[in-house]
Amino acid sequence: MLLTIFWLVIEKLLLIGLIVSLSMVVAMYATYAERKVAAFLQDRIGPNRAGIFGLLQPLADGGKLFFKEEIIPLASSKFLFILGPCLAMITALLTSAVIPWSTPLHLFGQDVPLQVADINIGILFIFGVVSLGVYGIMIGGWASNNKFSLLAAVRGASQMVSYELPMGLALLGLLLLVGDLRMSVIVQNQIEHGWHIIYQPLGFIVFFICALAECNRTPFDLAEAENELNFGYHQEYSSMKLGFYLFAEYINMFISGVVMSCLFFGGYDIPFVNEASWGISQNALAIIGFLVMLTKAFFFVFVFMWIRWTIPRFRYDQLMNLGWKKLVPLALFNMIVTAAVILWLKK
Amino acid sequence: MTWLESIYLWNIGKGMLITIKHFFKKKATIQYPEQKRTFSQVFRGLHVLNRDEEGRERCTACGLCAVACPAEAITMEAAERQKGEENLYREEKYAAKYEINMLRCIFCGYCEEACPKDAIYLSQTFAPANYGRQGFIYKKDDLLIPDPVKDPEGYKKALGERAKA
Repeated sequence: MLLTIFWLVIEKLLLIGLIVSLSMVVAMYATYAERKVAAFLQDRIGPNRAGIFGLLQPLADGGKLFFKEEIIPLASSKFLFILGPCLAMITALLTSAVIPWSTPLHLFGQDVPLQVADINIGILFIFGVVSLGVYGIMIGGWASNNKFSLLAAVRGASQMVSYELPMGLALLGLLLLVGDLRMSVIVQNQIEHGWHIIYQPLGFIVFFICALAECNRTPFDLAEAENELNFGYHQEYSSMKLGFYLFAEYINMFISGVVMSCLFFGGYDIPFVNEASWGISQNALAIIGFLVMLTKAFFFVFVFMWIRWTIPRFRYDQLMNLGWKKLVPLALFNMIVTAAVILWLKK
Repeated sequence: MTWLESIYLWNIGKGMLITIKHFFKKKATIQYPEQKRTFSQVFRGLHVLNRDEEGRERCTACGLCAVACPAEAITMEAAERQKGEENLYREEKYAAKYEINMLRCIFCGYCEEACPKDAIYLSQTFAPANYGRQGFIYKKDDLLIPDPVKDPEGYKKALGERAKA
């Protein structure tokens, strides 16, 4: 008994380590991808000097951030000032805990699920952790003791709180379809009945827009609006503390791509084929599923960047109008229609 | 604004279509140190003090370039050619000191037009960076073209396409 618990702990620790480092590497290269995508969309080439195709650029950037001078403003409250970026980073990494990355691996005569925790409130857990992300911004902006940071933090917080509402409502239709909050069940349901995007296109659009807002990405990057609030809530931050904030943003982006592919695009499912009938080993299937999942997530990350380099920032009143007057009614409409159709079909 | 317009989606989609088209377009970048933009024939870059075919300096230190210079960037001191220096200087008088302050120079090319001996002309290289202001005051060593007899290749390279050799 004790031994099985011991092995379980080891297994989960390894998996956590793997996922965290994966998120880190993806975030690192997301900065590179961001610059490349930006360049390509603007008829430029982008970083190409460090290593072939500039592939070592993220390392150079990271190294630079580490060696920058660490400045903690005298007027700031030191503990909270340091806590801010830590919280942002922790919450960004926590969300990946309930993601079903792929079908189970078969190692040492037993199935190893590629999911850290298959808790029965999976999607609620994600929502909870994402809302905690506000504290990273709030505490960081407030502790800086700088009016620009504070303004940005207030903006960011109100934006995230406003957009969580339509985000949750948009998902209700999907949850009515599945009837379960477990992430693994949501993915399994799509493998059996087809991707949720077919049943919930409106829900997906609302969810996608809200995800953009939750990640503080353009066109909703009011929290760091460079030209009006200098650098937003991380203005007073330097060195790796700033790096943490920026990193957390990219991790959030990656995770929200993963969450979207889990919820609406079948997770690790390959469309139009029944991969179980290929007759290849369980481990190979798991790895293929994992790669499929990553591909979908990267596609969403690309779309995020594509949007960022296409449209300008929303004005604050436009942001609030869109959130409360457009997206909330749309999400409610979607929920009611879904509920009515399900009732009608059941009768 | 209709309701559909007010959720921006349609117009954002149109915008994104435009940017994705640029994604696949040919890039305008010129990889600078390896690739260089070709300048037009009339480009006016850094100055070169020319020599004649035997490698003698053409400049006779008449000072017309300094007079013509609207930015007053050129300073020179003349000296008389001594016996045995005929292989160095073409005329009896030469510039012992010849300086151009590249921070003052406006690259108008009047010095080139004023020169009766075709001794100075503007090449196709443009001003490089430097750490201090002193570095931008180009001495005779910096300006003089390589000797065509001793270093014909360097001479040809420095001559470029604009010299009226």
